Order: sequence, then C-alpha cells, then structure tokens
Amino acid sequence: MISVYLPGTSWLHRMPARLKLLLLAALSMAILPVQDPLVLGGVFAAVLAFYATLGPQGLKQVRLLRPLASLLLIIFLLHGIGGSWMEGLVAVMRLVSMVLLANLVSVTTRMDDMLEAVMPLFYPLKIFGVSPKKPALAVTLVIRFVPVLLSVYSSLAEAYRARTGKRGSWRLVAPFALQALRLSENVAEALTARGGAAGLGSHIPRTRRGDAGC
Amino acid sequence: MTDRSLVQIAFYAALIAALGLLPKFAIPFLGGVPITAQTLGVMLAGVMLGPVRGALAMLLFLFLIALGAPLLAGGRGGLGVFASPTVGFLIGFPVGAFVAGLIMQRTKTLSVLPAAALAALVGGVGVVYLFGIPGIAIMADLPLAKAAFGAAVFIPGDLIKVAVTAVVAETVARGLPRALLSRG
Repeated sequence: MISVYLPGTSWLHRMPARLKLLLLAALSMAILPVQDPLVLGGVFAAVLAFYATLGPQGLKQVRLLRPLASLLLIIFLLHGIGGSWMEGLVAVMRLVSMVLLANLVSVTTRMDDMLEAVMPLFYPLKIFGVSPKKPALAVTLVIRFVPVLLSVYSSLAEAYRARTGKRGSWRLVAPFALQALRLSENVAEALTARGGAAGLGSHIPRTRRGDAGC
Repeated sequence: MTDRSLVQIAFYAALIAALGLLPKFAIPFLGGVPITAQTLGVMLAGVMLGPVRGALAMLLFLFLIALGAPLLAGGRGGLGVFASPTVGFLIGFPVGAFVAGLIMQRTKTLSVLPAAALAALVGGVGVVYLFGIPGIAIMADLPLAKAAFGAAVFIPGDLIKVAVTAVVAETVARGLPRALLSRG
C-alpha cells in the first residue's frame, strides 16, 4: 500500500506517535487564531526547517501541497477582491503552515504505529459489545480491497475499450458496482468460514507494507 | 455487528478510495471541468448501505486517510487534509451518507430511481455543502457568501453524480437486489 510515509531515522521518526499527535493538536489550536503576518512567517519558516531536518528527501515532501495550490490561489483571490490582499496572504500562510505541520506527522509515522497510537480510542466500543479490534481489521480489509477493486475496474475498462474504442466512462460505474458487490459477498463468506471477526485472538491485524502490492 | 456488515463497510470504504484514484471524468460541457468520482462514493455508500453502515463506511475511509493512506482524489492523504480548507466537506461525508441512507429507508414506497436521486441530492450534495462551505469560511477566514461562491464551481459536477448514483442504484436493484441494503 502506498502511503505518504517517508522512511527515515530522524528525531521526528523516533518520537512516539502519540506524543506527535498531541503536539500537533496543541500547535494547530495555537496557530488557528494568529493574525500577525510576521508571526505566521516565523511559523512557516520553522515548519520548513523541521522538514529540512528529515534528511535529503525532507524538503521534497512539501510537494504534498501541490494538489492544494489552485484552491489556495482561489482563497487568496476571494480575499483580495473587495477585501484586503494582506488578509489573503495571512489566510494562505496560516493554511500552508497548518497543512505542512499536520503532514509532518504523517510523513514521519508508519501507518502501523499510527493505528496502534489511536487504538485506545476504540476501547469504549466494548460497552456496545463490539470488539475494539474490529476497526483495525476493517482497515486491513480496505487496504487489501483497494487494489482488487482497481483491477476489476481496469478489466472492465479494457473490455469497454475493445468494444467501443472509447476510454472508460461513467457508464462503467454500474457494472463495476455489481461485480465488486459480488466479490465482497465472497469475502464475507470466507471470513465467516475462517471463524469470523469475533474469533480474532489477541493479535492485532497489522497493515503490513507491501502486502497489497499497490 | 456481523462479519457481513463489517466486510460491506470495509468494501464501500475501499470503493470510495478506488473511485477517487480512477482517472478523472471530464464533463463534455462546462468547458470540461474535471470531476472526480469520489463524492459519487459518498452518495453510493448512503444509498446502497443505508444510514448506519453508510456513515460507518465513510468514517472508516476518513480514518484511513488520517492514518496516512493517500486515498483522497488527487492522491492526497495524511493528517494534512484535516488542516486544509476542504476539511468541512470531509466532515460532511459521513453525515451526508447517513442522511442519504435515511431518505432511502423512508421512501420505500417510491421506486428506486427517484428515491436514490432524492437521497443523493439531499445527503450527497445538500448536507455535504452544509458542512463544506462553513468549513472553507472558518479555515480560510472568509465570509460565508464568498466561501459559497468559491464552492459553487463544483455543483454542476455533483448534480451529474446524483444522476449516476440514481442509475447505479436502479441497475443494482435489478441485477443484485439483495445488495441494495438500505431497502432490505
């Protein structure tokens, strides 16, 4: 399974995931009300410096912002037109800093460790008679399903292209949903046949990297 | 919760992810604004699974993104998306799926096509924007009217997804009726 995680051994990689999450929550709360462009500039520079400490690949991770670029531009323009450009700059700087800070945690924490760090959140499920391990099982199922679904779709798209010479279109969504639903019924039966989710032992299913071949 | 429900929830969460990873469908009119199929998944989850399982499928999908899986359309993932201006839409996803499922359940006297269209429109568009627009306003420090203006570009694409959802629900109701769990 692909992930935004960047393998490494920096100080942030070594920090416990739970501590990172708590610090992130505290810092985000602190940044949200800031209006002073100088303070925000300082925060932005500090966040970039954190990325730089991750090693040679560190600063490249800022590219995770790219899909946001057009949205940030629109926000800047909406602020500027009939408002103040300075406000737009402040809003965009604050957003960029907060997104980069949050991604810093994701970039330096393996999905396994993140899952384990938040497991205590699921303990209250016991009150409702649901095993707290079920969310973890569901996570592994999703990670396994995604590449399977993509291959189901690509074989449908290939057949469609052979018949019509056209690229896949929304017409494929209905047969895709039908085929995929049949598949999920088989998985449910297979899970029950193997003792079901209720038969989970003390072992937490791990989201092994490279398992899904995606 | 049975094994079957657990697998169905996981399955729809994966479906939403897969729809976001597919190549974008360009709409022929509107100057070909590219739309992703991801919010189609929100509508489908509610319409097909019903309120509770639909909302749980969306929560599971969001949980995977928070863990660091880049499953949002455009390959976005990680905690950063929850600090981005579109976070309101993400919060709206499970609520929207819940409302869509509820409408499907309450309109059993209607045939599937119009009921699914209504459910997708109210849950998948109305509710999602109800959370999404204030989300932009808060995160980007914009007045509500400006935030709504900025989000309006996506409404035509969402209306097309409402139509696709209705057609898919109708097709599934004919081809595999037991899979339409919201009516079960």
